[in-house]
Amino acid sequence: MKMRANLWIGGGFFALAVTAALLAPVLATHDPVLGADLMRSEEPPGREFWFGSDTQGRDIWSRVVYGARISLTVGVVSQLINSVIGTVLGITAGYWGGWWDDLVSGLTNIMLAIPSLIFALAIMAILGPGLFSLLIALGLTNWTFTCRIARAQAMALKSQGYVQAAKVMGSGDLSIMLRELLPNMAGPLIVIATLGMGGSILAEAALSFLGLGIQPPFPSWGSMLSDARDNIRAVPWLAAFPGLAIFFTVLGLNLLGDGLRDILDPQSRSRLP
Amino acid sequence: MMVEVATEPLLTVDNLAVHFAQGGGLFGGGARVLRAVDGVSLTVRSGECVGLVGESGCGKSTLASAIVGLQAPTSGRIVIDGIPLRSGTTDRMRLARTVQMVFQDPYASLNPRRRVGELLAAPLRLHAMGDGKEIGRRVADMLRRVGLRPEHANRYPHEFSGGQRQRIGIARALILEPKLIICDEPVSALDVSIRAQIINLLVELTDSLGVATLMISHDLSVVEHMCDRVAVMYLGRIVESGPWQRIFERPSHPYTRALMAAIPDPFKPIVGRRAVASGDVPNPLTPPLGCAFHPRCPEAMAQCRQAPGPELAAIEPGHTTACWVAQRALIAS
Repeated sequence: MKMRANLWIGGGFFALAVTAALLAPVLATHDPVLGADLMRSEEPPGREFWFGSDTQGRDIWSRVVYGARISLTVGVVSQLINSVIGTVLGITAGYWGGWWDDLVSGLTNIMLAIPSLIFALAIMAILGPGLFSLLIALGLTNWTFTCRIARAQAMALKSQGYVQAAKVMGSGDLSIMLRELLPNMAGPLIVIATLGMGGSILAEAALSFLGLGIQPPFPSWGSMLSDARDNIRAVPWLAAFPGLAIFFTVLGLNLLGDGLRDILDPQSRSRLP
Repeated sequence: MMVEVATEPLLTVDNLAVHFAQGGGLFGGGARVLRAVDGVSLTVRSGECVGLVGESGCGKSTLASAIVGLQAPTSGRIVIDGIPLRSGTTDRMRLARTVQMVFQDPYASLNPRRRVGELLAAPLRLHAMGDGKEIGRRVADMLRRVGLRPEHANRYPHEFSGGQRQRIGIARALILEPKLIICDEPVSALDVSIRAQIINLLVELTDSLGVATLMISHDLSVVEHMCDRVAVMYLGRIVESGPWQRIFERPSHPYTRALMAAIPDPFKPIVGRRAVASGDVPNPLTPPLGCAFHPRCPEAMAQCRQAPGPELAAIEPGHTTACWVAQRALIAS
């Protein structure tokens, strides 16, 4: 029996973030938005404020816990959009080939030539700030890697005997893509999706840091970092705790991706007697 | 033996050609044509087993792909059970119920992510052959017929040996009750020790189910065990065909003789059996002028090196050969 340490540690970090998001009202000790108390601003971590308080006297612990809701929603939903777009485009391009493949490959190359954060910025500028705009902007800009992997896998797998066998059986293209190709490329796609979730959380932080994401006073880890940047030397806990939250969540997702890849490969499972 | 009434054969391949454009620049310049299959005609009657032999790269597998509809032919005609095969418009579902294929590599031809039971049930479900219970019964029955146990249905392909996997491949090909199965080198990826088992299983199943077989192999000894008729293919063309006794007892084409000599036989001395054909198969992009076999043929004459090459001609009833030497010998006698 293998230890699968990466799966458990990664899953643990991610589960911690999910728990924080789900149980935010229980875990928070103060109101994250309205609990401002200018008399007690920028207090260091202590008994009252576990993670210290920010410039407006709000509890950073409570804000980090509530911020998990935004960060995880953005990470999961926008990566889901990316995965669906990338997989659908990639698998059809790889399997059908021809002009459709040329079109998809061209589009992918164009997307890769545009820095995705800049593109997301442009979309945010059109849609205006907010959670929904964030989901759309990040969901439309990071599907290229999924697409490339799905396309390459489809091209490699479509000449496999079992795909030919399915054709000889009379299976349609849709059935072949869903039943023969997709399960056999799920491993790398899931790894990319978990890594992408981490990337989306970072991108949300960046956009919120630039003031285009979640608007104050609502907490997201990115916007908290943004607030902290003016006096990061004097009051380091302002930046440290949301930063650590991002770090451990993204690290957890990356480890989880590796772990999932291992167990999703049936050939690595122990043989039955 | 019963005399066959002259009915329409189950499979008719008529002057089939499959060409591939090779290379070629951005503007199509410099493209060459690889004639993988170049004017092959072949028939398989129902219940019959026909062997197709030839070296690697002679076009056997391309021919098989064309017959099951995986490869669009460049020209020629394929008729299976009265259905003419046309690229694009062919009714794949109907074709699937008539012709199935056993693949060469049992490791690549079974989806590693699906359990054996699902692999066998999927075609039945696709073709709506029975409800859940009926499908389960058919799967269990077919597993038993190929020498596996019904409880193997819950396992993944990687839990089986190569021979067992090929049994699963055979089960999958037969589960739709086709009239013809194409076996594309079904044992060449297997250990020598289990080849005979798989061949015997194929013979037994096709006989009991009355399924016609097109047995493709580079190994004449495999074909010898199960086929009624044999066709020998070289560089995209059939060079000799006939009933298996004739081919094995009196091979007329030098290439067939070379293949026969390649069958290991413990009762023949090794000396003097090797040098029947020397060298390699020529590059199919630039086939030799005249008879394609002449560079390797120990009997080649001047005529063999000139275009046009020999065409198939009958040297006795049912036995045809494409060799000037053999045809000339017949005229002389």
